[in-house]
Amino acid sequence: MRTPEDGGTERAFEVTFDGRPVEALPGRTVAAVLWAAGVTSWRTTRDGGRPRGVFCGIGVCFDCLVTVNDRPNQRACLVPARPGDVIRTQEGTGHEN
Amino acid sequence: MRTELAVIGAGPAGIAAALAAARRGIRVTLVDAAPAPGGQYFRQPAPGLGESVPQHGGRTWTRLRDALAASPVDVRPEHHVWCVERESGGLTVHALLGPEQRASVELCADAVLLATGGYETVLPFPGWTLPGVVTAGGAQALLKGGLVTPGGTVVVAGTGPLLLPVATGLAAAGVRVAALVESTHPARLPRHARALAGKLPEAAGYAARLLRHRVPVLTRHTVVRAHGKDRLTGVTVAALDARGRVRPATERLLPCDALAVGHGMLPHTDLAESLGCRLDGHAVAVDAEQRTDVPGVWAAGEATGVGGAALALAEGHIAGRSVAARLRGTTPDPDAWAPAARVRARGRTAAAALHALHGPPAHWGEGVPDDTVICRCEEVTAGAVREALALGAGDTRTVKLLTRAGMGWCQGRMCAPGVAAVTGSPPAPARRPFARPVPLGVLAAQHHRTTSPEHRPRPEEGSP
Repeated sequence: MRTPEDGGTERAFEVTFDGRPVEALPGRTVAAVLWAAGVTSWRTTRDGGRPRGVFCGIGVCFDCLVTVNDRPNQRACLVPARPGDVIRTQEGTGHEN
Repeated sequence: MRTELAVIGAGPAGIAAALAAARRGIRVTLVDAAPAPGGQYFRQPAPGLGESVPQHGGRTWTRLRDALAASPVDVRPEHHVWCVERESGGLTVHALLGPEQRASVELCADAVLLATGGYETVLPFPGWTLPGVVTAGGAQALLKGGLVTPGGTVVVAGTGPLLLPVATGLAAAGVRVAALVESTHPARLPRHARALAGKLPEAAGYAARLLRHRVPVLTRHTVVRAHGKDRLTGVTVAALDARGRVRPATERLLPCDALAVGHGMLPHTDLAESLGCRLDGHAVAVDAEQRTDVPGVWAAGEATGVGGAALALAEGHIAGRSVAARLRGTTPDPDAWAPAARVRARGRTAAAALHALHGPPAHWGEGVPDDTVICRCEEVTAGAVREALALGAGDTRTVKLLTRAGMGWCQGRMCAPGVAAVTGSPPAPARRPFARPVPLGVLAAQHHRTTSPEHRPRPEEGSP
């Protein structure tokens, strides 16, 4: 993945995605942080277990649902990343059932 | 809290309306779901990201932003409006506070302007659910707002005027745009030359930038398949014949990391529909002052018909002036906004021509294979939709009841055009009582409030 601007790393902070550290820049959404780190999927579907990531990018399609800090069904394209966020791939509904 | 005018949506239409009304002494509250005003068109990178990428209408945005900052307009970001109710004392706007969206606040207003914008339509094709396939507007949103590009090599495809800024924007950000794939035949352009005359300088600018970045342009082509196992690795494109069907033996593979695809836009009309506003096709119907047929409710911008930012600014300006006059009990003089009315007339003519020019390829539905997912949320395939048709489903509503297509998180916003294409029936606006998912606790509190008035305001909501 490419980012048009480099630098600014002094403002960067860390989040984790499925346990591994990922660098994040302030103001980026969870989707933008993951894309910048080369991650394109963070959900598996309820029926087919297929990988999904961001699609509409503006909060309409709900394809980018992800679990952030143990709260499932967050839209990655809307939720800003915050220092220390624990981001996990959401499997199915994101709830144990 | 109480205001005179609640403007819902801080894109071009909403900002123009808020400024026009506030300048005429109206108390205006401008609510928007995003962390900052601008809407999709004027979306800005978060302040922490520093460097900006080339933005749409830079000077216009600077002017609007500064005017808004200097105005008495009460700007409330991160308000996700889920319902507007008509009550005896006026209108009540219900909004979830983001990004958590757990608590809801109420805003009571004498008038409401719906400037809710639009969202992109994508018709289904094999592989369109693969990670790496994004809407054209989504690619643009990630670039504008997050300064992130979707990969080293991108194909931009579909139809419509949005594809041009998306392709040139990505190329300017350093992405290799392997192709701009547009299904419309350029020979159809002269038919609309007069209506689009005002758009020609803009189009010429995009053409020059495509040339400069050496972006190959394939007109009268379409993406027939996206490839990859767990993420996109390439797309197959093919030429279309005069009737919109894929021409045999014209397929070719374009390797890419991302596909930015779009087939036009639809207006957000949920709030208007739950208020009972009349729709004209998919758009909110308005009069010459941008009034809907519901007293106290105005609408402007893409919600009243997709036509771009210049049209939205003009409509918003007219709406704001109309609100200002009507709330003071006077009849506005349309001559006072004649320049905006001229922009609006030209903009609507151009928008109609662009819609006619960029209709999605005919026969799309019949070309979708049975195993292609149509409803992304509920994982309903084209085959399942066809089975429902075989069982006697005669319209998209019955298809939904039999297959669950359209019953998922997005409430059919993404799959409605695809279901309509496969069933062969025209897409109809869906009635959604709430414009977005609402926590049950919020609804329960609403019920509590209406049955016991002393519970207003609710303790959990806090002050925004």
